[in-house]
Amino acid sequence: MDTGYMLAGILVMSGVTYLIRALPIALVRRRLKSRFLLSLLYYLPYGVLSAMIFPAVFTCTGNVLAAAIGTAAAVILSFFWPNLLLVAVVAVAAVLIAM
Amino acid sequence: MPQQLTFNRGVRDGLPIGLGYLSVSIALGIMAAGKGMPLWGAALFAGISMTGTGDLVGINLLAIGGGLIEMICAIAVINARYMLMSLSLTQKLPEDMPMWKRLLIAFGNTDEVFAVASTQVRPLTFSYMMGLILLPVVGWTGGTVIGEAAGNLFTGTLIAAMNIAIYAMYIAIIIPAARKSMSVLLVVLTAAGLSCLLTYLPGKPIGDGWIIIIAGVTASALGALLFPRKEDA
Repeated sequence: MDTGYMLAGILVMSGVTYLIRALPIALVRRRLKSRFLLSLLYYLPYGVLSAMIFPAVFTCTGNVLAAAIGTAAAVILSFFWPNLLLVAVVAVAAVLIAM
Repeated sequence: MPQQLTFNRGVRDGLPIGLGYLSVSIALGIMAAGKGMPLWGAALFAGISMTGTGDLVGINLLAIGGGLIEMICAIAVINARYMLMSLSLTQKLPEDMPMWKRLLIAFGNTDEVFAVASTQVRPLTFSYMMGLILLPVVGWTGGTVIGEAAGNLFTGTLIAAMNIAIYAMYIAIIIPAARKSMSVLLVVLTAAGLSCLLTYLPGKPIGDGWIIIIAGVTASALGALLFPRKEDA
């Protein structure tokens, strides 16, 4: 991989990602008043995360059945004990056992 | 009574994210090494971009000699969701927070950092956000370095299984909220259904980056229309 090309690519792609993140935070200071917009922003994390999980989680390990078992383990455990690290470790272990 | 949002509290909340990133970025580092990317390049990319799918696609584009315009477009589509997340985050930051603090927070606003930050009840502080961002940055960069340098220590099965760690963390964030609130559950199920539907459309006419935005925004808008939040809630 040519060093100059790689460096240019890394800087350009990281710059695009940063601009996307920084523009709203830099420009929007005032509190939104619209009840609809506030509700939308409240639901957004859950909607976007859910869309990121499904269906990608089923294909992420290369074994659909094992991934489904890992997903089920994560969902059940999150219901009773939603500790991020614990749920992640148990899901990985469940996939390993199922594979 | 929720605890004060101090730097230490942020570090504690960021620890699981950092460890989750560590496991996923090892796989990324191994892939980067396989594509002929030097260790310093992969570490630099991970450390300054802080984006999982973005790095994955970026390294592949670099490996096949993709053009800069192609890179800009691909990353913009994949990461456009961060614009929504940052916009949402602005509502939780103090209005008088100085610009340099805002620009630093923006750097670390990843999916998981945003999810943890946005579920805090109290207004976010700068020191909490810096604490929250610290270990994810260390984990993401460190894992990439480990994968590049010592990838042969990991078996293929373990690497494959570790890919589920990030998704499991997303699940641990949305399930407690969906359990407490029917409207969040509706949003979660709608987004999942739409995302699956759009992904399996014949010929897959829509890219993954857009699918996440379309499914996430549509489901959230539906929630906002059917179950608007009360003032100050």
